[in-house]
Amino acid sequence: MEAFFSVLDADFFSATLRLTTPLLFATLGGILNERAGVINIGLEGTMLMAALIGVFGAWFSGSAWFGLFTGILIGGLIAWIHAFVSISLKANQIVSGAAINLIGVGLSSFLIRIVFGLKDQQRVVPHFEPVSVPYLSDIPLIGPILFQQHSLVYVALLLVPIMWVILFRTRWGLMITSVGEHPEASATVGINPLRTRYIAVILSGALAGAGGAFLSLGQLHFFQDEMVAGRGFIALAAVIFARWNPVGALIACLIFGGADALQFRGQAAGLAVPHQFMLMFPYVLTLAILVVVGGKSQGPAAIGQPYSKG
Amino acid sequence: MSLLRMEEITKRFPGVVANDQVDLVLEEGEIHALLGENGSGKSTLMNMLYGIYRPDAGRILLRDKEVQFSSPTDAISAGIGMVHQHFMLVPTMTVTENVILGLKEQKGRWNPLLDTRGAEKRINALAEQYGLDIEPNARVWQLPVGAQQRVEILKSLYRNAEILVLDEPTAVLAPKEVEHLIEVLRNLARSGKSIIFISHKLNEVIQLADRVSVLRNGVLSGQVDVADATASQLAEMMVGRQVETPKKKPRKSGETILTTANLVVKDDRSLIAVDDLTFDLAKGEIFGVAGVDGNGQKELTEAIAGVRSIESGNLEISGLSKSRGKRFREIGHVTEDRHQTGVVLPFSLWENYALKVCGTPPYGNWLNMNTGVMQEQTRAAIDQFSIKATGPDVAMSTLSGGNQQKVVLARELALDPKLLLAAQPTRGLDVGAAEYVHERLLSARDSGMAIMLISTELEEVLALSDRIMVMYEGKSMGLVDASQASREMLGLMMAGVSLENIENGMSQ
Repeated sequence: MEAFFSVLDADFFSATLRLTTPLLFATLGGILNERAGVINIGLEGTMLMAALIGVFGAWFSGSAWFGLFTGILIGGLIAWIHAFVSISLKANQIVSGAAINLIGVGLSSFLIRIVFGLKDQQRVVPHFEPVSVPYLSDIPLIGPILFQQHSLVYVALLLVPIMWVILFRTRWGLMITSVGEHPEASATVGINPLRTRYIAVILSGALAGAGGAFLSLGQLHFFQDEMVAGRGFIALAAVIFARWNPVGALIACLIFGGADALQFRGQAAGLAVPHQFMLMFPYVLTLAILVVVGGKSQGPAAIGQPYSKG
Repeated sequence: MSLLRMEEITKRFPGVVANDQVDLVLEEGEIHALLGENGSGKSTLMNMLYGIYRPDAGRILLRDKEVQFSSPTDAISAGIGMVHQHFMLVPTMTVTENVILGLKEQKGRWNPLLDTRGAEKRINALAEQYGLDIEPNARVWQLPVGAQQRVEILKSLYRNAEILVLDEPTAVLAPKEVEHLIEVLRNLARSGKSIIFISHKLNEVIQLADRVSVLRNGVLSGQVDVADATASQLAEMMVGRQVETPKKKPRKSGETILTTANLVVKDDRSLIAVDDLTFDLAKGEIFGVAGVDGNGQKELTEAIAGVRSIESGNLEISGLSKSRGKRFREIGHVTEDRHQTGVVLPFSLWENYALKVCGTPPYGNWLNMNTGVMQEQTRAAIDQFSIKATGPDVAMSTLSGGNQQKVVLARELALDPKLLLAAQPTRGLDVGAAEYVHERLLSARDSGMAIMLISTELEEVLALSDRIMVMYEGKSMGLVDASQASREMLGLMMAGVSLENIENGMSQ
């Protein structure tokens, strides 16, 4: 027990924030597309592809920022395909998302071998380093946790209030929510449900792309097969837990990020638990939370239903 | 100069002419009724005015200027507002949010934050001006139907509508709310707004409209001043023949088949929907359950049918089998939402028929389905119920609502049930089909069946029932003999005044 509490130090909280960040990007994205009435279970595959393309972008340009940019771009592009299939072709959104996940796994492990070669797959590329905020980072405990992080951590945290304001205090937020709740009603007041959904889905993919690129460029510094490891799916659970609210997303992602950090720290501290069980922890927690919260949450009314003009 | 003229409007859909050279003239400050049966082309005509469809021929003139709308947005900016029968409101949003949805109501040109306070001010001002009782901060799902309708009206006014089109505005309202609506519409007309309302109910047209245009099968069968017309004249213009009211034979007394005591049933959200109901139902009786939609009738029906569990209290149906599967076949159930729970649209007629009867001899047993017998019986039902269908193999979705309902009724009566639950049996049916359904229900009653008729239509309940119970918020407002019930009395009960209070009030 003592060993358990001994892991809860500044490093733990710092790691929590770092591990929360990719989840937060993906969850905010998930909130956006689900509020607009489109389910995207392809977040996992989107993140994976973005992690890969981010590595390529960083390697060939020599800049981690350019790598991030390419990751965001590919995220948006994949989401655009999902939007086309599920909004324009009105195909089943689950099937389209699942296809993105399957293609993501296969294509990324194929491309990394083609581009970097079999022997040099885990080539370390230009990546992000934590930024120390002058003076503030010297504050004991709080300094290392809050003010010695990657810049993307701050971006993700800033996105929470920004998205909250957009969703609940601007007409764009009303438009997005209305096409997810009652697209016919939106159409009668001159909103184009199809276009609004496209925009939401593509932006959501771009956000998931940022999350994926942060995983490779901010945490691992190289690409590894299936490195997203279910975070895209955890984000889907976080969307429900957050009740489609960005502030809720922050709380949900902190819990999942904390579980992830705990699991890493537990392994490092050499707790007398087989590491396979430690690895399971975030996923078991996800399941447990979904069981408790999932049934009661009411999602957008028109979620998963393609809209067609009457 | 007339405000609006629609001239020789024609609209064809594959296989039908929905509107055939229809003329409509609307004056300023006028309340104009558009009367016709279901499928007579009223909605099509209004959808062309609102830019949802484009006419194949004819033209629309606003203040003598020809206009062409390619979308509702065009119509809105030309000053036309539409209140759809199924409200176009987002339930999770507030009244204000719904009103400004799609508008550019932001705080400044470069400040994208919503100007909710400014919008609220304008909403309150409009509400006061036209006597609309509205709470801008309420969420729409919390509002009663009448209030939601006022939000829809306000939405149009907020967009500066001069012409207001209301599609079947009273279909979802309690009598009390109808009165309020009429007052609101009169107010609007007095201050210069022009109103078209679509309806198939004669009495409200006479009560409310200045002039009426009657459509029959897509053709304008007349345009008259309401003051010069009688109800039966209008009915004849609408249906094309004289309309008869169903004749009821005196009731034979029979044994009690259904008894409930202090019955409580919850709805899907686990809220109490049926609250402490005690009543009984006998063979050879039609027991009418009146009330505005959503006052627990659905949950009550489902509990009796055995598809919803009971929270507390007693519900007994005598003479039913123990087996759950058999019980379902011993109760006939015409469900209130045909498309959701009554039929499977892509299935053929005989397959829909089979859904209920398939396990019962001679239609089959626990293992086999006797498809031949079922097809034959469906064919017989098509003849007997005069269903407009070429044969038992056509898909349910190809039939009109009235004919679908006849198939449902034929199926539910096929096994000669001890108890028939008929929920909104004539909703969406035209006069002819409704007449037929009424006849069948009465003849089933005369042959000794126990029938529970759940309906929001007062006329229907009054014409068919032997006894009437009115439900309001899950409670019974009182049980009256149909011979002693009046429209006014039932109307009050539907609005939540108990029979006791009415009688006390009368004695005072």
